[in-house]
Amino acid sequence: MVDAVAAAPPSEVQAGTPAQPPPNYLETFRWMLLARTLEERIASLYRAGKIFGGVFLGTGQEALSASLGVSLREGDYFGPLIRDMAGRLAFGEAPVDVTRTYLGSPLGPMQARDGNIHRGRPKQGIFPMISHLGTMVSVVAGALLARRLRGTLPGAVGATCIGDGGTSTGAFHEGMNLAAVERLPLVVVVANNQYAYSTPTSRQFACADLLDRAAGYGFAGHDVDGTDLVACLQTVGAAVAEARAGKGPQMIVARLLRLTGHGEHDDASYMDPALRASAVGGDCLKLARQQILTRGWAQEADLDAWRVKCLSQVDAAVATAQSDAPPDLARVHWTALSTTDLNSVFPQP
Amino acid sequence: MSITYLEAIREAQAKALALDERVFIYGQDVGAFGGAFKATKGLAKEFPGRVLDSPISEDAAIGLAVGASYEGMRPIIEMQFADFSSVAFSQIVNQAATQFWRTQVPCPLVVRLPSGSTAGSGPFHSQSMEAIYAHYPGLIVMNPATVEDAYQMFLEAVSIDDPVIFCEHKFLYYHLKADALPTEIRPSLPVGKARVTRAGRDATVVTYGALVHEALSAADKLAAEGAEIEVVDLRTVKPLDLDTILGSVARTGRLLCAGEAAPWGGTTAEVISRVAQEGFTLLDAPPMRLNARDTPVPYHPALWQAHRPGAQSIVRAVRDLLKF
Ligand SMILES: Cc1ncc(C[n+]2csc(CCOP(=O)(O)OP(=O)(O)O)c2C)c(N)n1
Ligand SMILES: [Mg+2]
Repeated sequence: MVDAVAAAPPSEVQAGTPAQPPPNYLETFRWMLLARTLEERIASLYRAGKIFGGVFLGTGQEALSASLGVSLREGDYFGPLIRDMAGRLAFGEAPVDVTRTYLGSPLGPMQARDGNIHRGRPKQGIFPMISHLGTMVSVVAGALLARRLRGTLPGAVGATCIGDGGTSTGAFHEGMNLAAVERLPLVVVVANNQYAYSTPTSRQFACADLLDRAAGYGFAGHDVDGTDLVACLQTVGAAVAEARAGKGPQMIVARLLRLTGHGEHDDASYMDPALRASAVGGDCLKLARQQILTRGWAQEADLDAWRVKCLSQVDAAVATAQSDAPPDLARVHWTALSTTDLNSVFPQP
Repeated sequence: MSITYLEAIREAQAKALALDERVFIYGQDVGAFGGAFKATKGLAKEFPGRVLDSPISEDAAIGLAVGASYEGMRPIIEMQFADFSSVAFSQIVNQAATQFWRTQVPCPLVVRLPSGSTAGSGPFHSQSMEAIYAHYPGLIVMNPATVEDAYQMFLEAVSIDDPVIFCEHKFLYYHLKADALPTEIRPSLPVGKARVTRAGRDATVVTYGALVHEALSAADKLAAEGAEIEVVDLRTVKPLDLDTILGSVARTGRLLCAGEAAPWGGTTAEVISRVAQEGFTLLDAPPMRLNARDTPVPYHPALWQAHRPGAQSIVRAVRDLLKF
C-alpha cells in the first residue's frame, strides 16, 4: 500500500474467540466501511447541489474493490475505474483527494480541472482514469512493460478494473491481448454487475460467461462471488500473488449487482427487481457485517466505533475541501503543454 | 405548448422512423431506456425492433452502420457523448467517409454527436469535434442552433445519401425552446446554406451551435452602444456557405468568427482563411477569431466559463474589431 497519504485504518480490535478471521479481513472490512461512508456523504452533497457534474458510486462492489486494494502494495500500479472508491482508499488514496476532486478544489490532485472519478496520482501508482472505457488496460500494461525494460519488474504487479460493459470495447480487447503477449503481471478485475448503465449483459455479450474470454486472451481466469468478502480476499489475493510470482496475467470475473443507479442522477428503474433478490444482489458490506458478528470476529461495539471513526475521517475530508478557496482565475495557467515555451498563444476567449 | 431542442431531435427521429422503413437507431442505452439524454425516449416501444441497444463498442457501431447501409438501410447511430466518437474515429473517417469515393456506393448514415461543453462535465464529456470530422473528405457536418433546424436538418440528414455527422449541442438540449415543431419537414434553407439570423451593418459575427445564442445576446448589448451586429449561423460547418459569409462581410466590412472548439485550426480558422483569400478587398479591418482556450475543457464551472467564448467575450472582441 502507498500509505504516505492514506487515511489510517481504524484501530485494531481484539480478534474474536471462535476463530480468527482470514488474514486482512477486518482491515479490508474497515476500508469498505470507509468507502461506503464517504460515498454516502458525496451522494448527499450531490443532492444538496454542492457537486459539479456527476456522482458515481461503488455501492455493493466494496468487497471486490477493497480486496484488490489491500492485495496491492507500494510500488504496484493501480488503474481503478468508476466504482473503486474502496480499492483506491485501501491502496492509499487519501479521502481528502476524493473530496477535493468532487468539490472542485484547486488543491486536489486534479486542481479542479477534472472531477469526480477522474482522479489519481500517477507518481504514487494510482493512474487517473479517462472516461473512455477499456483504455486503462493498456496504460497499466505499459507501466509494467517499462518496468521490465528498466529491469525493475520482478515483484511488481499492475491491476485495473472494468465493468461488464467496458469489456465490449476494442480498447479492452487490444489491451488484454497485448498484456498477454508480453506475459505481464497484470491483474484485470471485471465487475460483472449485470448492467452497463441501462444495458443488461444479454445485450452486451453472448458468451456464457465473461470468464470464458480469459483463455482466449491468454489470461488465467478466476471466478468469484463479489458479494462475499472472504471469497474476494481469497481469489483476488491469490490472483495478485500469482501475477507477482511471474505466472502471467490474471483475469478475475466477479458476480455481483450494481446496487445504485449508474450515477446519482439515475434511479435504475430499468433494473430487473428479481436480480436484487437473487444471489448476485446481496450487499457485501451488510453480509460481511453479519459474518463478523455471527463468527464473533468483532463485537457490535467495535463496529459502531469503526463507523464513528469513518464518519469523523469523512467529516474532516469534506471540511478541508469545503474550506479551500475556489480556483483563482487570475492564477490559472491555461497551458496544456509542460514545455512552457511550446504552448501556443491564442487570443483569449 | 413548447418544445425543446432535445424533444425536437426525438420527434425528428420518430418521424424518420415513421417515414422510412429503412431507418433504424443503434447506440448505447437507446432502447427501452431512451438514451442517456432521452433523445430516443419511447421510440423502442413505438418502433419495435428498430431501436437497438448496442454494446459499448463505438468502433463496431459505425462498422455495423456502414455494413447496414450496404444493405440499403439508413442507420442512425447515437454516440452517448461526442467525445466517445473518437473511439469510432477510424471507422468514421476511413470506412464511412471513403466509401462512396472508393466504391461509388453511397453510405447513408447519421452519427448523432451530443456535443459541446456544459459546466461540470470536464474533459471527456464536453468536446466539440466538428472540425475534426469536417477535415475529412466524404462527410457532411451539421451543427443546428435552433429547434427548427434541429428537427428539419435531422430529417434532411437522414435523407441524404452520404454520412452526416450531426452535432447537437448539449447546452441547447434543455435550454432552447420553440413554441411548436415546424409543420414543414423540409428546412427553409437547403443543406449547406447559412442563415443571417440577425441583420446589422457594422460588423459580422459568424458562428454556429450554442454560440449563435451568445452572439445574439452580444449583439443586443452592442446595440445598446449603438453598434449594429449581423449574426450569421453557419448551420452546416461542412459544406461551408462562403457566399452568405462573404455577402455579410460585403455589407459590414468587419468579421469575427467564433467557435467553441479548440483554437488551433478548425472551423473559425477555415472561415477566416477563406474570407482572407476570397474577400480580402471587402474587409475594413483584420478578421478576428475567437475560440476556446488551448487546454482540455475544465471541470470546475468557473474554469469552464473562463475556458470558452461567451456573450461577454464576443462583445469585447467586437468592440476591438470596431475600433480598428
Ligand atoms: C468508450 C466509452 N463509451 C461510452 C461511455 C459512456 N459510459 C460511461 S459508463 C458506461 C457504462 C459502463 O458499464 P460497465 O462497464 O458495465 O461498468 P459499470 O458502470 O456497470 O460499473 C457508459 C456506456 C464511456 N465512458 N466510454
Ligand atoms: Mg456493469
